[in-house]
Amino acid sequence: MTPAISVHQVAKRFGAVEALAGVDLVVAEGEFFGLLGPNGAGKTTLISALAGLVRVDGGRIEVMGCDVVEDYRNARRQLGVVPQELVFDPFFSVRETLRIQSGYFGIRGNEDWIDEILENLDLTSKANANMRTLSGGMKRRVLVAQALVHRPPVIVLDEPTAGVDVELRQTLWQFIRRLNRDGHTIVLTTHYLEEAESLCGRIAMLKAGRVVALDSTANLLRRFSSHALRLRLGPGAALPPSAALRATEKDGVWSLAFDRFEEIEPILAELRAAGCSLEDLEIGKPDLEEVFIRVMHGLQGERGS
Amino acid sequence: MSGFRTLFYKEVLRFWKVATQTVAAPVLTALLYLLIFSHVLESHVRVYGTVSYTAFLVPGLVMMSVLQNAFANSSSSLIQSKVTGNIIFVLLPPISYREFYAAYVLAAVVRGLVVGLGVLVATIWFAPLEVDNPLWVLAFAVLGGGMLGSLGVVAGIWADKFDQLAAFQNFLIMPLTFLSGVFYSIHSLPPFWQRLSHFNPVFYMIDGFRHGFFGVSDVSPWLSLGIVGACFALLCMLTLFMLERGYKLRN
Repeated sequence: MTPAISVHQVAKRFGAVEALAGVDLVVAEGEFFGLLGPNGAGKTTLISALAGLVRVDGGRIEVMGCDVVEDYRNARRQLGVVPQELVFDPFFSVRETLRIQSGYFGIRGNEDWIDEILENLDLTSKANANMRTLSGGMKRRVLVAQALVHRPPVIVLDEPTAGVDVELRQTLWQFIRRLNRDGHTIVLTTHYLEEAESLCGRIAMLKAGRVVALDSTANLLRRFSSHALRLRLGPGAALPPSAALRATEKDGVWSLAFDRFEEIEPILAELRAAGCSLEDLEIGKPDLEEVFIRVMHGLQGERGS
Repeated sequence: MSGFRTLFYKEVLRFWKVATQTVAAPVLTALLYLLIFSHVLESHVRVYGTVSYTAFLVPGLVMMSVLQNAFANSSSSLIQSKVTGNIIFVLLPPISYREFYAAYVLAAVVRGLVVGLGVLVATIWFAPLEVDNPLWVLAFAVLGGGMLGSLGVVAGIWADKFDQLAAFQNFLIMPLTFLSGVFYSIHSLPPFWQRLSHFNPVFYMIDGFRHGFFGVSDVSPWLSLGIVGACFALLCMLTLFMLERGYKLRN
């Protein structure tokens, strides 16, 4: 099957800055794919290259099998991009904006689909409002709507929930999830790691223009993160040396990693034997933030190695 | 083709929605020029022997309005889209660079012609309108508008900020149009300035355009047509080259 997106050895320099240093990536059709990385890692450059907004220095990119340079017309028809910046054209209303965007893709008489998108994004009441009069959250919804006018099989969202209130975030994800269920491939970049964790089936992490981790979300969590026993000690108490060796402390909370739940009992027994009093105890689940931090700090190996 | 049609429509709609500023204002400006200059010079100057100064001035002002507004349309639309970032909406769809160019330039020509027609209608009460050959009039208006619209695309893409665009307008477009014979026949100039005027392509646009009205001009309209046509073709190639390379737009 043709992959939705295939990125092969893509390189791009901006002067002295190496924005993309030979990126390889394949996203299968129907995936919900996350692209994570700190600012300046190359996420937006990669998306721009995918969308034909930036010409790369080397390598090739295909969307649904269409080369984004040689066959740009077909490649762009397959792709809907929600840009990161909150941009809009102040001359037009919401409906005009969507009609014009449809026309750019060669689609006329798109009213039914436009109405459906407006409905799904809770924009119907604003259809005839000028873009200038909309709040930031509303403008963000219109950007999503604009990316969907031509029913693209592949949808790329570049930090779509930055500065968006909780309610909209929920509406937006419900809609995007539905699109994904209907067969659309979704690529998402976000700073909210819990979002990526709950939505994305697979994740690539970018750092300094390179892919430093690429795996299913579940595998990443397993490989780089773990369950953790978090302890707050009573006044004057100290961890026994054997436990302290494998624990990390932050803001007075000690954290001990473990893989299997059977490992908890011996730890607690050790504490009891040392007469260590506890004020609070909780069991933390693996989370993507930990994975992210470990990968970004170059801890490539398995936990404990 | 439909991407082109929509972009063209959008560009026309853009200036039409703010027509007070983009059409009415330049018509008023041209009218003020006419009132002041004809008041001062009407009784002192005759051109080509028989033509009254006011009648001579009208086509010059019409053409100047066509040119300046064609330039303003493409350049200001592009710089606004670049500065606000909404240029991305026309860069994401499957619109080729040729369609992109054609849409911006054609919309610029339309704005130029609308304003030019406005000036012509507004000045009809001040000087009797005679048209010797409407084909010359139309040919030079379209070619001139196209050329300045194209120059507007170049300026709009090149400039990163509004003040850079203003510099382009004030230091290139204004001197070229003002020193092209809008307000005078270049035969009234000292020889040095007369020779210099022949290096200004805008001079040929105005002169050829005026020929359509009076049947007389400083140089042959065929020569003007050749020079304007050649300049337009050259600029067209330069602009298309810039767009094909994605200069500043896709980088």
